[in-house]
Amino acid sequence: METTVAEKYRTVIGLEFHIQLVTESKMFCTCSAQYAAHPPNTVVCPVCLGLPGALPVINEKVIECIVMAGLALNCTIPEYAKFDRKNYPYPDLPKGYQISQFDLPFCIGGRLTLDEEDGGRTIGITRVHQEEDTAKSTHVTAPSGERYSLVDFNRSGVPLMEVVTEPDIATPQEAAAFGRKLRQIVRYLGISTANMENGAMRCDANISVWPAEASMGDVKVEVKNMNSFRSVERALEFEQARQTRILEGGVDTRITETRGWVEATGETVSQRTKEEAHDYRYFPEPDLPPLQLSPQWVSGVEEKLPELPAAKRQRFMADYELSAYDARLLTQSQELADYFETASARAKNAKAVANWMSRNLLQRLNESDTEINDCPIAPADLAELVLLIDSGEISNRTAQEVFDHMFDTGKSARKIVAEQGLTQISDESALETIVAQVIAENPAAVQDFNQGKKRAIGFLVGQVMKATRGKANPGIVNQKLQEELRQG
Amino acid sequence: MNLSELTVHEAQDRLRRGETTSAALTEAVLAQIEALDETVRAFVTVTADEARAQAQAADARRAQEGADAPPLLGIPAAIKDVVNTKGVRTTCSSRMLENYVPPYDATVMEKLNAHGIVLVGKTNMDEFAMGSSTEHSAFFTTRNPWDTERVPGGSSGGSAAAVAADEAVFSLGSDTGGSIRQPAALCGVVGMKPTYGRVSRYGLVAFASSLDQIGPFTKDVTDCAIVLEAICGHDRRDATSAPQPVPNWREEMTQSVKGLRVGVPKEYFGAGIEPEVEASVRAAIEQLAALGVAVEDVSLPHTDHALATYYIIAPAEASANLARYDGIKYGYASQDAETMWEAYSRTRGEGFGSEVKRRILVGTHALSSGYYDAYYLKAQKVRTLIANDFQEAFARVDAIVCPTSATVAFKIGERVDDPMSMYLSDLYTLPCNVAGLPGISQPCGLAQGLPVGLQFLGKPFDESTLLRLAYAYEQASGARYKPALTSGAAQT
Repeated sequence: METTVAEKYRTVIGLEFHIQLVTESKMFCTCSAQYAAHPPNTVVCPVCLGLPGALPVINEKVIECIVMAGLALNCTIPEYAKFDRKNYPYPDLPKGYQISQFDLPFCIGGRLTLDEEDGGRTIGITRVHQEEDTAKSTHVTAPSGERYSLVDFNRSGVPLMEVVTEPDIATPQEAAAFGRKLRQIVRYLGISTANMENGAMRCDANISVWPAEASMGDVKVEVKNMNSFRSVERALEFEQARQTRILEGGVDTRITETRGWVEATGETVSQRTKEEAHDYRYFPEPDLPPLQLSPQWVSGVEEKLPELPAAKRQRFMADYELSAYDARLLTQSQELADYFETASARAKNAKAVANWMSRNLLQRLNESDTEINDCPIAPADLAELVLLIDSGEISNRTAQEVFDHMFDTGKSARKIVAEQGLTQISDESALETIVAQVIAENPAAVQDFNQGKKRAIGFLVGQVMKATRGKANPGIVNQKLQEELRQG
Repeated sequence: MNLSELTVHEAQDRLRRGETTSAALTEAVLAQIEALDETVRAFVTVTADEARAQAQAADARRAQEGADAPPLLGIPAAIKDVVNTKGVRTTCSSRMLENYVPPYDATVMEKLNAHGIVLVGKTNMDEFAMGSSTEHSAFFTTRNPWDTERVPGGSSGGSAAAVAADEAVFSLGSDTGGSIRQPAALCGVVGMKPTYGRVSRYGLVAFASSLDQIGPFTKDVTDCAIVLEAICGHDRRDATSAPQPVPNWREEMTQSVKGLRVGVPKEYFGAGIEPEVEASVRAAIEQLAALGVAVEDVSLPHTDHALATYYIIAPAEASANLARYDGIKYGYASQDAETMWEAYSRTRGEGFGSEVKRRILVGTHALSSGYYDAYYLKAQKVRTLIANDFQEAFARVDAIVCPTSATVAFKIGERVDDPMSMYLSDLYTLPCNVAGLPGISQPCGLAQGLPVGLQFLGKPFDESTLLRLAYAYEQASGARYKPALTSGAAQT
């Protein structure tokens, strides 16, 4: 049997993430780390501007965030850690070196297991360490044709966490799934907004393709500039195809290089080859003494860890009897899971709340591009809707209408029901009159029913519902129709 | 007596008794600068107007606070041009920062300003504190007040010469490999490098971060204790600053030295030491013995490796510390470049002097991939051995006594083209920085009419013992060293 191209090769992918941490102050000074809303170069001080004589001081909160992430990723937290200088010149790096961690990072040797839906494989985490962010360069071409660059140091010194995976990832899809899973965990920990779009989370990927049977060579291509997980997937698919095509050509002309993803053209282009690569000349940062993280301190951080997505999903399946699908959906984010648990506790009907969320709420949120925290329907309001249904006060059909009103107006279910007179008609005598009227007005259907076409009753129920604008209790209507027709 | 000749404690006494004012004292010092600095060239910047205003403010404050006024209130001081002074240009004697006016004060300046000192100016130095003679200043060479054909030592040569020439009552310098003690010795004043971590480095423009330390130049040991008390102390803005309490050194130094043990390391009296220097130092040691100090020989066997160790670690750190001078945010910027990379190399090529470039190249090489283990890592290991030498010695003795410099002040031009001979100027001062210890230099005689320096090295954070020994020697010797140049120089 002939092997396909896909079977002939294997793809080796490793990922590197830079994640901005949401601390109050920057990594090494007291400037605010929440710089986004401020005019350029206004959230700065001698330290983050790298002025002569200024010295860094560690923000302990940052270490806590990173150790928390390391623990959530099943890393070991070594007792000793240190900072190092990574030397390279660039205008957005005010000191001419970046304070980072080289050989003694805060977290090493972790792993993250993907959801079954994403293949369920476990990906190794090499390390999680600290870095400081650089300033932001903007390259400008003036209308006159003059070209210049602007540097905004507001971002300089904002704490970054770097997460490096082992080269365990086998497909572009798996790479994207890993990124989303990591983003989910980081958000659960509340240590970053982890938005790819605004650069709060950045992903670089190392990818190489090799003949399935051969061992790996030492060529490695790094892909940068991807600002969504969709881009990560597309860029890696492009790169996988490009490298496969080269190998299929018979001569391996690949070189170790950095390639940039160009969203508009859907291609990667070479940016830098190995010969041009920097020698970063790492050495221990003499301005910051090495750190000792005691096991007691680490356990203290561990105690602060929230329930993580995988555990929460299992618990939702076990405690609320949700399907695997619903449990995954509702544990997407901490906020969504909290919404669900608040609403179902009040409604005392978790399954109904889960159904309303998975079938209606998430769709409406999605359509209107609204976050769960900004949802016009509060958890208590959704619970009230479920209670109205469960107590028979409104029909399921009415409920659908009420839900849409709730989402559009933010009004409570009870208020909408009252305002629009949508309370279900369960009063038997009132329904008997309407049933009698419908029977009188539809002799043909009655005849069909009497001739044994039992399905004709459905039409008659529909007519009663129409007459009551959907408010009739369908169970009672059915029962009354059966009675009347049998009598007739 | 000219007011400019006063020590800190003498000036203090007169100010407290109302016998003089800070304004008068400041005028005397400014007059001395006016009269002598054309010759001595200690200052890069003289801040006469600011000084007069500060003196007025100090006198007003003294009128308010009386006996509660801080010890350095109204005392005219000079600061090495490597310490950031808000609003006063801080050049590091480099073209790169020739017009750089810092927007903030170093922690030591905040402390001194809280005392109400009068800043008379910023002193010349070897560019970015790299050198032992001030000949590597991008602007000019400072002259030794004892012989203006000779160097004042360095890198803090301006600060040492200013105090020796009564152009400041005290001054601050920085010491990375001897840059306070060596010029103090060559200019005949007292200079101390405190223990690494004693004085905040925040606002000290970094040369070699793990070695740099700020310290005082004074006319006597009492002043040294007074200034030291004012500038030491833990600073949250410097992560390497030690959370150590500041002792009352002025009181502690007066304790008897009887029964103290000092070690004389044979490695500090080796080939190259001038016989007259050795004779002066040995005589001083005998005088200590006469005071009841137990003197014994000790060995610091790794001393020979200190120079090599230092000249890897210091340039390595400097290569990173000086990377920030790229002409983009502040400082010198070459105007001729077409591209960003060309702007970088032109700015740094034109803005830095030869010694700075030499050290950046050495440091960059020592940290390069493939060389790191052989140079930087090895140097760090040897550094530990050197520190262990001292630790072992300090198990037997309370302090080390030795010469500060093997020679008296050398002639201008004599060593400047031979880096190796210049580096050897710091042979007796380097190990103290490498080990992070405190060290003090004080004058102990003249050789060929030039001052000789006596050096004490101590246990970490034991400045107290050094001050005791230095004070006891100063009291016993009774000598006060004044260059002829200063007498009657300024007419006030």
